[in-house]
Amino acid sequence: MRVVLAEDLFLLRDGLVRLLEAHDFEIAAAVESGPELARALAELTPDVAVVDVRLPPTHTDEGLQCALRARRERPGLPVLVLSQHVEQLYARELLADGTGGVGYLLKDRVFDAEQFVDAVRRVAAGGTAMDPQVIQQLLTRRAADDRPLARLTPRELEVLELMAQGRSNAAIADRLVVTERAIAKHTSNIFAKLGLEVSDDDNRRVLAVLAYLDHGR
Amino acid sequence: MNTNTKSGSPHTRARAVALAAGRGFVLALVILPGAVVCSTLSLVSISLIPIGVGLVTTPWVLTQVRAFADWRRVLAAEWGGVKIPSAYRPVPEDANPWTRTYVMLGDPATWRDLRWLQVDMTAGYLTALLPTVLLIYPLEGFAVAAGLWRPLSEYGGYWYGFVHVTDQASALGAGALAAVLLALVPLAPRLLAVHFRLTRAVLGASQGELAERVRVLTETRRDAVDTAAAELRRIERDLHDGAQARLVAMGMDLGTIEMLLDKDPAKARELLAQARRSSVEALAELRELVRGIHPPVLAERGLGDAVRALALRLPLATEVNVELDGRADAPVESAAYFAVSEVLTNAVKHSGADRIWVDLHHGEGMLRISVTDNGKGGAVIGAGSGLFGVERRLGTFDGVLAVSSPAGGPTMVTMEIPCALS
Repeated sequence: MRVVLAEDLFLLRDGLVRLLEAHDFEIAAAVESGPELARALAELTPDVAVVDVRLPPTHTDEGLQCALRARRERPGLPVLVLSQHVEQLYARELLADGTGGVGYLLKDRVFDAEQFVDAVRRVAAGGTAMDPQVIQQLLTRRAADDRPLARLTPRELEVLELMAQGRSNAAIADRLVVTERAIAKHTSNIFAKLGLEVSDDDNRRVLAVLAYLDHGR
Repeated sequence: MNTNTKSGSPHTRARAVALAAGRGFVLALVILPGAVVCSTLSLVSISLIPIGVGLVTTPWVLTQVRAFADWRRVLAAEWGGVKIPSAYRPVPEDANPWTRTYVMLGDPATWRDLRWLQVDMTAGYLTALLPTVLLIYPLEGFAVAAGLWRPLSEYGGYWYGFVHVTDQASALGAGALAAVLLALVPLAPRLLAVHFRLTRAVLGASQGELAERVRVLTETRRDAVDTAAAELRRIERDLHDGAQARLVAMGMDLGTIEMLLDKDPAKARELLAQARRSSVEALAELRELVRGIHPPVLAERGLGDAVRALALRLPLATEVNVELDGRADAPVESAAYFAVSEVLTNAVKHSGADRIWVDLHHGEGMLRISVTDNGKGGAVIGAGSGLFGVERRLGTFDGVLAVSSPAGGPTMVTMEIPCALS
């Protein structure tokens, strides 16, 4: 799997290259600025891009903007955005086109190599990987002012949270140490309580959850 | 809010006229009771100083007068595009009643306020009402011409303006006068502007108060320096007690792990997990610290999106409306952001509201921010409240803050900071 990597800090870039190569990714390019990233995305047609939000030359949200532009030109281009901080605002912008294949993670998640690589693979496959912190913010917010979420049991909330991060039933079952059948039952309960259409497409499922959480803002 | 009425379609002009008339009417409604009550209370309170009661009431009353005047300053800027500088001497937060009274009465701005109240309840009232009258009075003229003159002139005639109405012919004269007045209606917005200019003439600081201005600047600069120093101390302490300590602990853990690696791999693995947790926590703390100094979204996207991001984290439904075509200087952006943040926190904690509206726009060299909630009202700027801190912070940038929060709500906090966008 070919990866384009954009990160301006040498140490982190180097670490990411080593980490991804160790997990059998091929690094097509590892760049350190917005313009270089734009060129690499256009010329190398990678399977997935791993991009830092803040990049030179502006040192603002150049990386994010670059990724969004590239996705407008090539819809569905898998992009995993890494950031020193996560903001719902950016998560929304990434999810806005509804084509999937996006991820938005705190840089700390790199510490857990397995989970991080799993997230890269999921995004490359067209799924989503949302940082638990984003989901947590959304859930607390919604819980404060919304009724349907109040109807969920604590366990169902837990499942919803993992689901919204972009995990499959199998992964959730693994995480919560229960059978996949139990999770399937929880998810159908959640969908019923939230009034969502059941769909077997993982990515649609997450987008539906996020759209629901987003609803009424 | 656009007050430019010289151009545009008849539709927008009619809107501008109606707006001016409506605003004038609202102003007139508030001015008369507001100015009379403020002025009476001030005079009574000041005259009670010799027997002591005035010492307690005067600072409070004068603060209300200032709030009233500040509110009118904001209205003048928003509705009439007339900037009225405000230059009150700051009163020390912990001053005793005597010092407070003394400082406030020694402030020429106080006496200007009191003078202004007299003008406001007379000439100010009339000029505010004029646009509305101009819109309604012609209607009466037409009604008179159409036949209303009969009952009205039964006892020796009726005066419509300067026309003495006694029969149909003179009634038609009244109708003609009404038509002339109606032709003047498009002037309504300009008449309202006259009111604001009058307010500025009386309420605005005069040339002779430049010295006072320098004093206020010195004061706010000292505030700014103090705040910056306190902020630096807080950052130093947070780093020292938080992230720094965690990194030290992590280093020690790593040292132990190195030693244990061959002897006790299980224990080493356990310590490794702990070290990783420490690193995650240190990062989280640093992140919080950075957010407190200069929020990342603010640096990346500017004030508009930073406030949007802030609203997303609030537990209340918050609508953010941004009309900024550029970015202000970083210190202004930062001050505005933290001011909004403080006001929003206040609203969430104390207002009991379930909706908040934030409006940011820039015009005529002013950044204007209003935060409105549908809560129970009753917010005050008094010493020690969060809003007081915001006011001081904005003061560094010559910004002003006005609060309108009648009991029962809604609360509207308006902030203005002079600045240019780039």
